[in-house]
Amino acid sequence: MRLRDFPAEELFLQGSAACQGCPGSAALRVAFKALGRNTILCVIASCTSVLQSPFPVSALNLPTLNMAFATGGAVGSGMSAAAERLTARGKFKEKPTILVWAGDGGTYDIGIQALSGAAERNADLIYVCYNNEAYSNTGTQRSGATPYAAWTTNTTKGKEEWRKDVAQIMVAHGIPYVATASLAYPTDMFRKFAKAREIRGTRYIEIQAPCPPGWKFPSSHTVKIARLAVQTGMWMLYEHENGKTTYTAGTQRIIQGQAKLLPVEEYLKAQGRFRHLFHPERDEERIAAIQKRISDVFETLQFTHKMKEHIMDIEISPRL
Amino acid sequence: MRLVETGNHVAAWGARLSRVEVVSAYPITPQTQVIEEISRFIDEGEMECEYIPVESEHSAMAAMIGAAAMGVRAFSATSSHGLAYMHELLHWAAAVRLPMVMVNVNRALGPGWNIWCDHQDTMAARDTGWIQLYCADHQEILDTVIQAYRISEDPRVILPVMVCYDAFLMSHTYMQVDIPDQEAVDRFLPPFRSLWKLDLEYPFTHGSVIYPDDYEEVRFSMQQAMDNARRVISEAAREYRDLLGFYHGELVETYRMEDAEYALLALGTVASECRVAVDELREMGYPCGLVRIRSYRPFPVAELRELLAPLRAALVIDRAVSFGLEGPLFSEVKAAVYGNGGPSIHGIITGLGGRDVPYDLIVENAMAAFKEKLPHGSHWPAVRLNEHHRLVKRSLEEYWKKEGVR
Ligand code: SF4
Repeated sequence: MRLRDFPAEELFLQGSAACQGCPGSAALRVAFKALGRNTILCVIASCTSVLQSPFPVSALNLPTLNMAFATGGAVGSGMSAAAERLTARGKFKEKPTILVWAGDGGTYDIGIQALSGAAERNADLIYVCYNNEAYSNTGTQRSGATPYAAWTTNTTKGKEEWRKDVAQIMVAHGIPYVATASLAYPTDMFRKFAKAREIRGTRYIEIQAPCPPGWKFPSSHTVKIARLAVQTGMWMLYEHENGKTTYTAGTQRIIQGQAKLLPVEEYLKAQGRFRHLFHPERDEERIAAIQKRISDVFETLQFTHKMKEHIMDIEISPRL
Repeated sequence: MRLVETGNHVAAWGARLSRVEVVSAYPITPQTQVIEEISRFIDEGEMECEYIPVESEHSAMAAMIGAAAMGVRAFSATSSHGLAYMHELLHWAAAVRLPMVMVNVNRALGPGWNIWCDHQDTMAARDTGWIQLYCADHQEILDTVIQAYRISEDPRVILPVMVCYDAFLMSHTYMQVDIPDQEAVDRFLPPFRSLWKLDLEYPFTHGSVIYPDDYEEVRFSMQQAMDNARRVISEAAREYRDLLGFYHGELVETYRMEDAEYALLALGTVASECRVAVDELREMGYPCGLVRIRSYRPFPVAELRELLAPLRAALVIDRAVSFGLEGPLFSEVKAAVYGNGGPSIHGIITGLGGRDVPYDLIVENAMAAFKEKLPHGSHWPAVRLNEHHRLVKRSLEEYWKKEGVR
């Protein structure tokens, strides 16, 4: 699939209320194109609750229910169960895709219980977390997804904890499909959504969503930042199916040695939220700590890749 | 079909006969048997229904909202802490204007842990936009669940309905009930209908950001729906009687009120107990009647005005407290008749945390009330200090002394 082969139909309409360069709206656009019209959407409290535009207009050209912060997995379960009944009764020719769309706050923190419940029951839905690594909707406070050392309005000297890895928590639930995606690799993202559409059960897709106002970079740099995240290993692209993790796109190229892992500094320097690592003076310790974590992961992955080519089929999960 | 069943199993029958298609629930004592029975119906092929064993009550309500938004009939059951945990989404369900029915088994809240009956849980959910109907016997539970769907889905209403009954006193006791034929219920209850649904043909965004310019109108429409519900509840009760033969009063049920000069007012099983008290009081020369409030929201303002206007005195029995004021039912009964003459109204708070409310306690307090001998505000006639309480009181006094509080 190439960009020009994407369906022309726009289900994410013009005139949204998103900030310039918003990653959430870009991600919606790709997701909607891949999923098509037979999709019913539930938006969980997040920037998307706002960016769809206020009543009475809407930029979302799919039937949409907006729901409270902690409800993603559960409301999707209810919608899916109802869709099951309606399909059995012949109201739907084909069961529609239930798409739950939540931010990292609604996924990593307040909503993880409902998400975990849905995954354990293997509810038939696609759950998307567009991860802008903060509570952007309320003006950028830390979330469980905020990376180590990042500034937010309540981590003014940089967050002291490492982020948790919900995609891996979802892998541990044993659901049929888990994938990560990036705005800089739209064809990879499109393919993952299209694949998820064909699978039954709980599917989890997490999209890294660089947020210009929250991360403090120019609004024209969203895709550039997203690409740097993958190139420096701050964000990894993979999909997990049938107990197997396959790295994709930019991440795959680094592991296979076709591209170099860029120093993380390039990513950090491009954003205001890490400024305190360089000004007024360089914070060698924290920069090195971030780099070491990434390098360790990639060394292992590259080593495993080489071994696999020669010796055997080993799979390990990414840890970042 | 005649069964001798627990109140909880009867509630499950109500959902089954209403042809509910999605049930999402989380177990909590004393509600558990409702969902156990429903899952058994489903397992044995007696109910065509999706059952979602969610991981919390918050999720139970979210799943119900999702299901109702898709356009199917949804049901859940909860109690006490479960209802409290759902609270946020109770608002959501009502404000997004979705019909659905949930049973709440009235139980006290902790701490200390208390699984027995009082009404604090549903009183706290009073202002969420849910219609609240309180039952006083098993047949009424069954009939009210079925009527609740009819009320909830009526185009003049479209608000969720909570069917409430008392923990253990009703949930776990066995009583005889007549289970109507499915065809008879189908005649009473049309297939699910709703104001809106998530429709692929007509994509529609529901519940997005709404500015002050429009918000108040949404809330006003809910208030109008509640007002309309008064009529719809009455109609449903009467039509149910005509088609199925059972009648439990409408917004209120009365007993011996025709020639009454005094009245007792209460919700739920205490109201049943009050019948005995009414008979007793009549023997003692007080022409007394009973007003059992069946619909707490919408509140039966017109009914109360009419019933209370000719009286000399009334006693309201609350099984809940509005801390810092008095019993909530007491406040509201007074507010309903305010400015319309009527009797002097007294209130007692009792039966909290499952404490027994014997009819002689009611009689004793009713007589005091009717003779204007009860203190103002809500009176707590059953409170008594025992050794444990004195121990606590002594340490409290020591603490006050230390802190210089007098
Ligand atoms: S704050 Fe960030 S994620 Fe939210 S709407 Fe603006 S750009 Fe999009």
